[in-house]
Amino acid sequence: MRNPQLNSQGKLQHLLTTEGLPRDIILAILDAAAPFAEVAEREVKKLPLLRGKSIFNLFFENSTRTRTTFEIAAKRLSADVINLNINTSSAAKGETLLDTIDNLSAMQADMFVVRHASSGAPYLIAGHLAATGREHIHVVNAGDGRHAHPTQGLLDMYTIRHYKRDFTALTVAIVGDVLHSRVARSQIHALATLGVAEIRVIAPRTLLPTDVERLGVHVFHNIDEGLQGVDVVMMLRLQNERMQGALLPSPQEYFKSYGLTPERLARAKPDAIVMHPGPMNRGVEIDSAVADGSHAVILPQVTFGIAVRMAVMSMLAGGS
Amino acid sequence: MSNTQRLANLPEAEALLASLVKTMLPHVGPDTALVGIHTGGVWLAERLHAALGLKLPLGSIDVSFHRDDYSSKGLHPGARASSIPFPVDAAQIVLVDDVLFTGRTIRAAMNELYDYGRPGRIDLAVLIDRGGRELPIGARFCAYTLPEPLPKSQELVLTRGSEPTPSILSLTLKDRHDA
Repeated sequence: MRNPQLNSQGKLQHLLTTEGLPRDIILAILDAAAPFAEVAEREVKKLPLLRGKSIFNLFFENSTRTRTTFEIAAKRLSADVINLNINTSSAAKGETLLDTIDNLSAMQADMFVVRHASSGAPYLIAGHLAATGREHIHVVNAGDGRHAHPTQGLLDMYTIRHYKRDFTALTVAIVGDVLHSRVARSQIHALATLGVAEIRVIAPRTLLPTDVERLGVHVFHNIDEGLQGVDVVMMLRLQNERMQGALLPSPQEYFKSYGLTPERLARAKPDAIVMHPGPMNRGVEIDSAVADGSHAVILPQVTFGIAVRMAVMSMLAGGS
Repeated sequence: MSNTQRLANLPEAEALLASLVKTMLPHVGPDTALVGIHTGGVWLAERLHAALGLKLPLGSIDVSFHRDDYSSKGLHPGARASSIPFPVDAAQIVLVDDVLFTGRTIRAAMNELYDYGRPGRIDLAVLIDRGGRELPIGARFCAYTLPEPLPKSQELVLTRGSEPTPSILSLTLKDRHDA
């Protein structure tokens, strides 16, 4: 079966997941993002590439950072951006997802940026567009359920490459709530494709998917052991809103066992970087001294996220 | 006369560079800023910058983000960041490119410059004008103009030498891949 993200010429048609995304396409996105990052330094932070294109931000689930950075990215590319607040829209009145898509397509949409609580929703939309002969409309997954958050995974790769250059010598630790994390899945697939030396996941058993080793990662339940000698620490947010049942005793207990403190970080390499996709729960998964410390690259991640999203959108929308 | 014959008479790139320096020298001053257009224009601008003894740091521009063929050809692969290391507002700028053809690259480069401010003046310096303009753009400084326009199926490519003379420039005639 053809990769649903690529068209018949092997060009990127939709961005749905980092899983199975060819290495040369990941690298092309990272390469393209670098000059877009420079645009932020200019007096006029605007390029004409997506002039005349309409991009619909469809956020069926809350988001501040991701929605805002997609909006800034699209506006810096001169696209017209329409933000749909789904809670007050027709979906709340009972319109189906695909009816919403059909209606917005009739308004000459060129791209949908979709966040949805259900895994696979962006695939459903991409499949529907293909089945109805609307291949000129592109879909970007901005996070679907527990499945994938590819632009976050890619901006994390951009951040790692910015600070560490070569992926192949790196040991990377992903710490925290992997079970509920679409970010972690997108990171793991991208890191594996880019050929890092070792991927570790550090979490209590209750916050790991049962088959996590099959992704090619080394599992640690003890954070002190897991952080030994790592180059990159990727923290995950403890997703309270997705917790069902008693997976954890309490946030305080979690911090005692898995919170990233300066003492724990000292076990990583001296030049290790600390990343977090946000929003952070200070005092739950990360100590403020680390979040605001010299190893943290959390705010640069946000800035790089705009450039990576500009690169993705301009790679999707160009060419006829 | 065939192109090969005509281009057999083409001066060497190094001779054209020397002639370009001579033409530009009376017109540059301490406030002249050079901006090369990737890739050949940057190589040329590096040589001009040294030969003209300019004080302002050299700039470079990649026009990928302002190309007018984006909607048909997509994002140009291999785009690099532009670097304009001086204030553009009121600056006296000379854009530098190797070969002047349709003028579309120069149009894109001027748009790119305006993202950094409002230049006081923009001139254009090229090694060679191959004809075939599609926009009302001309070079103030040009070392050589082909007696008749080169066919669209061909292109002039500036190349740079290898060790021990890495900065030595030469021109070659090739068939265009995208013609």
